[in-house]
Amino acid sequence: MTSTPVIDEEASPVAERKPKPALAVTLPNAFKHGDVFTKGSALIMGLGNIVRKQYLKGLLFLAVQAIFIFTLVRYGISQLAGLSELGPVTEGTQGWNENNEFVNFPPTNSVEVLLYGVAWIFIIGAFIVAWAAAIKSAFAAQMLQARKGETPDLVSDVRGLLDGRIHVSLMSLPLMGIIVFTVVPLAFMILLAFTNFDRNNTPAFNWVGFETIATVFSPEKGNSGVNLTVFLRVLAWTLTWAVFATFLNFFFGMFMAMIILRNGTRFKSMWRAVFSLSIAVPQFVSLLVISQMLQDQGIVNQLLKSWGWIETSMPFFTDAWWARATVIVVNLWIGIPYTIMQVTGILQNIPGELYEAAEIDGANWWQAYTRITLPYIFFVMTPYLITTFTGNINNFNVIFLLSNGAPFTVGESAGHTDLLITWLYKLTVDRGDYNIGAVIGIATFIVLATVSLITYRSSASYKNEEGFR
Amino acid sequence: MTDITSTNNDQVSSASAKKAGSLRARRLTGNIVSHTFLTVMAVLWVVPVVWIIMESFNKQTGPYMSTFFPTEYTLDNYVQLFTNSSVIDFPAMFMRTLIVSICVCVIQLFFVLSVGFVMSRLRFKFRRPFMNSALILGMFPGIMAALALYFMAKAMGLTETTGGVMIALVLVYSAGSGATFYIMKGFMDTIPMSLDEAAMLDGCTRWQIFTRIILPITKPMMVYQAIVGFLVPWLDFVAARVIARTQDRYTVPVGMWQMLQREYITQWFARFAAGAVVVSIPIAILFIVMQRFYQSSMSGAVKG
Repeated sequence: MTSTPVIDEEASPVAERKPKPALAVTLPNAFKHGDVFTKGSALIMGLGNIVRKQYLKGLLFLAVQAIFIFTLVRYGISQLAGLSELGPVTEGTQGWNENNEFVNFPPTNSVEVLLYGVAWIFIIGAFIVAWAAAIKSAFAAQMLQARKGETPDLVSDVRGLLDGRIHVSLMSLPLMGIIVFTVVPLAFMILLAFTNFDRNNTPAFNWVGFETIATVFSPEKGNSGVNLTVFLRVLAWTLTWAVFATFLNFFFGMFMAMIILRNGTRFKSMWRAVFSLSIAVPQFVSLLVISQMLQDQGIVNQLLKSWGWIETSMPFFTDAWWARATVIVVNLWIGIPYTIMQVTGILQNIPGELYEAAEIDGANWWQAYTRITLPYIFFVMTPYLITTFTGNINNFNVIFLLSNGAPFTVGESAGHTDLLITWLYKLTVDRGDYNIGAVIGIATFIVLATVSLITYRSSASYKNEEGFR
Repeated sequence: MTDITSTNNDQVSSASAKKAGSLRARRLTGNIVSHTFLTVMAVLWVVPVVWIIMESFNKQTGPYMSTFFPTEYTLDNYVQLFTNSSVIDFPAMFMRTLIVSICVCVIQLFFVLSVGFVMSRLRFKFRRPFMNSALILGMFPGIMAALALYFMAKAMGLTETTGGVMIALVLVYSAGSGATFYIMKGFMDTIPMSLDEAAMLDGCTRWQIFTRIILPITKPMMVYQAIVGFLVPWLDFVAARVIARTQDRYTVPVGMWQMLQREYITQWFARFAAGAVVVSIPIAILFIVMQRFYQSSMSGAVKG
């Protein structure tokens, strides 16, 4: 929809009546050079297509418009209006309805009011996209007819969708999935941060502006168990955890993959199979099992005691620092096999001639390693590393199933190994404070976005996508 | 890298016979050290797995025992797990999770391949914005979307029935997966563009390039993606816990987590171990098959 330089050339005083064939199909061009049918497509979608004998396409656009206007009038306007006040009826009452029956009048279900409102905002957005597409399609048809005297039929349209415009056909379903099941829910959750949707205000709640955010970031100890001190402590641990979990996994995994791949190592596939064994065991199983093994009365402590190595149980999950070290080490057990698998694949994929060239130039293995292997691995793995890092900040399973945030301090809503994400879970699912949870979620996002956009933008694979082609 | 070490060493040894002896010694120590290291690590990786297998045959049902391996063995835990469905209905959970994971695997593979190919091979106006927003979306905690999806499913009445909960789970796991294309794209980026250009000269459409050239080369990554997609419902705990709120809709992870809660654990720990073994077997078989496939296609990928 952005204006292209082509327009400036076209806007010369000697304006032709018929647009040149090379004219770009954009909205401004369509309005500037379109004929009455093209411009009319802005009011009646599909008009331009129908006039130029693209009946099916035109009728499709028309149907979209009809359905949209019908549902907007029937449901959309009232549901959009509901956004202004989410929960007008806060208390359920009883009374007589119009049929003289004694019934319950439930309080407003504010969740649904907000959901429908948000959904309508996105539906309108989608309609605007369809509207722009209709005008552009009409303009394209007009130009093609002017140039060739006929418009392409449906068959060649479909053929185009498999060739030059294949991104449209391949992307539409995934994109729709992302918007409906990721973007809309996120928009909904973000809006919750500005409401008072906690365990006391359900099902009806209302907008409160920045009040909830102020609660989370105020230094005073409120009765919600959430304040700035707790937040900063959880945040600091989340970041520490993510750094250790990501980079220890990567370097140990790469190290082990290279030991397995080195020339002298025998039984390569056996080693790989042994380390893949733990991938075959579902993660939650191994986490729960290891968590059981490391309990105060668990098998590890029992054995060490019976061998006489220790007197009292090792405080795997009862001392804050022990617990933190434990989750990081156990996470290595979980993560290294994945890294081995990935790095092995990448190492085997490095073009052999790079090494041949290095050898001819007299490089030793260390030089080859630092100048070829490492850059190549980083080139392929940087996006993976960044996603692993963000994944670790959001690593719910390891913390929840292993330590469940333990140990806890009384009066605080987060334990000493709680990450932002497990804290969010406890605040919402266990306690029902969805508004505070939403604030924590947004905070998590801001942390992640800042860290990873900086790293990603400075990485080689972003700056130079074709680097290793 | 390893090739270079050896060839370098060969050259050096031919140059000086005296050095060859020390080199051989060095290589020998290297081998001993690395094999010892791998053995120690392998033990660490295998012990928990072996322990849980042994525990699944333990006659004692509680979790706390004084010996590492059970003293008395029985098959009763497996029998109980599959026949006694009165408290925790494990077979039903298993089937639910299996169905959900197959759907997720297929949808996710399709989405990721499509988006990965488009992002790697084509250049169009919304490409950069899409890639950046996919990255940004991935930075929101997944539980946030899951919480909202629970409310959405509830508004649509999906949370009322078991089938509805399963549909909601499939949607949670797979619908947004188009945004997780980065690894796939990274792999496709290493396939030379010259292959595409040659195919275009021969009159291939992009669709044909996708299906006949890129997909066959991408097999190893497809396998990886298929594993990832299939494992999602078996590994995920949080979305399942948020969406499936009652016990008769739990997936395997949530159900097995419940077996270890305080009120169940003394009765259920050995059965939990049996369940762990049962769950791991299909995944392990699938994984071994895929692993073989993965390695063979890896070595056959495009090289220069």
